Amino acid sequence: MARAITTNRKAVNTALAWAIGLLIFFPILWTMLTSFKTEAQAINDPPLFLFFDWTTENYSTVMERSNYGRFLWNSIFIAGGSTILGIIIAIPAAWSMAFVPSRRTKDILLWMLSTKMLPAVGVLYPIYLLFINLGLLDNVFGLTFIIMLINLPIIVWMLYTYFREIPGEILEAARMDGATLKSEILYVLTPMAIPGIASTLLLNFILAWNEAFWTLNLTAAKAAPLTAFIASYSSPEGLFYAKLSAASTMAIAPILILGWFSQKQLVRGLTFGAVK
Amino acid sequence: MATKASRSAARLMMAPAVVLLLGWMLVPLTMTLWFSFRTYLPLRGGDQGWTGFDNYVRFVTSSSFWPAVSTTLIILIGVLVITIALGVLLAILLDQPMWGQGVVRILVIAPFFVMPTVSALVWKNIFMDPTNGLFAHLWKFFGAEPVSWLSDAAIPSLILIVSWQWLPFATLILLTAIQSLDSEQLEAAEMDGASPLARFGFITLPHLSRAITIVVLIQTIFLLAIFAEIFVTTGGAFGTRTLSYLIFQRVLESQNIGLGSAGGVYAIILANIVAIFLMRIVGKNLDN
Repeated sequence: MARAITTNRKAVNTALAWAIGLLIFFPILWTMLTSFKTEAQAINDPPLFLFFDWTTENYSTVMERSNYGRFLWNSIFIAGGSTILGIIIAIPAAWSMAFVPSRRTKDILLWMLSTKMLPAVGVLYPIYLLFINLGLLDNVFGLTFIIMLINLPIIVWMLYTYFREIPGEILEAARMDGATLKSEILYVLTPMAIPGIASTLLLNFILAWNEAFWTLNLTAAKAAPLTAFIASYSSPEGLFYAKLSAASTMAIAPILILGWFSQKQLVRGLTFGAVK
Repeated sequence: MATKASRSAARLMMAPAVVLLLGWMLVPLTMTLWFSFRTYLPLRGGDQGWTGFDNYVRFVTSSSFWPAVSTTLIILIGVLVITIALGVLLAILLDQPMWGQGVVRILVIAPFFVMPTVSALVWKNIFMDPTNGLFAHLWKFFGAEPVSWLSDAAIPSLILIVSWQWLPFATLILLTAIQSLDSEQLEAAEMDGASPLARFGFITLPHLSRAITIVVLIQTIFLLAIFAEIFVTTGGAFGTRTLSYLIFQRVLESQNIGLGSAGGVYAIILANIVAIFLMRIVGKNLDN
């Protein structure tokens, strides 16, 4: 830094940024705090900030009463399964586009991206109909497959941008040394690509976890993940703030933690390399 | 560098992804197109044959069409203006030297990771509820009459909720773009006596224009399709029925597949118009 930043200015920046940051985070913080209150304290006027009797009973109630475990498992299965399946399909595609590019590679990549822009509501009924006929409605496998398809373009893109950063000379050197295509992928490429693959895995798990169009429209009781479970709290009889907060906190906490690790990948994954 | 063998291997490796996406695109799209030209009411007589462009005409001439278009546009523009204006300011602020920058960044980005149904439900009940919501307590504290946010001011409330979800995205991308700005340029301008406002207007903002365009395009595509937020908060009532929510209702609630499919085709065309611009930028970036 060429200029000396006065401590004073730094203090002003800090105060302002923290104030705004806390304001933006406040709804999440408030939900978390409310989850530890009793129902009466949750709607107390004036609102209770920190000085209330902390209790964890909401968490146990939610878990007992609503079969929370099954929704959680569905979320993990759908988000995890769709991400892993997507990565298995995307790795060879991204690999070949990054290392054996042809004239059409750019067009294929852009076309893949365009499928991501397809508005879900435009194909809602066809998918719904296909799901009924194939017996996939309210089925975790069907949902996993759909979510995999929506995220596949992003997975291919992210992997492609990571793979492209691997210098091609290394591959040529390996070929000179007589490496076969298989050993090239296994021993040269994979170790260099693991960080990129891990980042892709992380971001797409988050996106799949939070997906809320298909999960709401294609599930009922059996295959519903947490997105649909939370939506069921919008019915009037479910209006218990503390329990709603506890259920919400459980649904978002794991993703918040994962999300904090994936800030950088977010930019790469959602702007398709257009912002660096 | 690539041999013939590796070329065909490459094609083979691409095949699963290409075939799946091709199927994902073509099969439902063809079905939607097909249904859009038919009178199809699964609960009232099933498929009753061709109607030509009837559904397309009826969709745009129905009394709910123009309100849905204006709701969609108001929400879209409202959220875009808020997230980009605040996003630019926030990105500039976060780029300044400060203590605990990492933590502040985390706080700002967090809403993006909250699942849409949770944020909609938390805002609806814990904040905007007219009797027990936090806003109601606040209003009463200042002696004002609590507002029934999601019925009396439904669209602004939705804009607030959706902006809260998308502000982190805009901020993060704009911050990434700002960090690539050459700080010497700003310093030189400062030495030459340019005011902070002039530096912002003539250096920072032009530098950000590309990133802003990208944020606008990507957010537009996602915002045209917001669903869970409306589904959970108002269910499309109180003037919050957007174009995509209208299509959803035609298809699943009133089970008028022909009409809903025609609407779906409109939505697909609309999204593609936006997508073309985004592709151009992304495509250019691929070349270098």
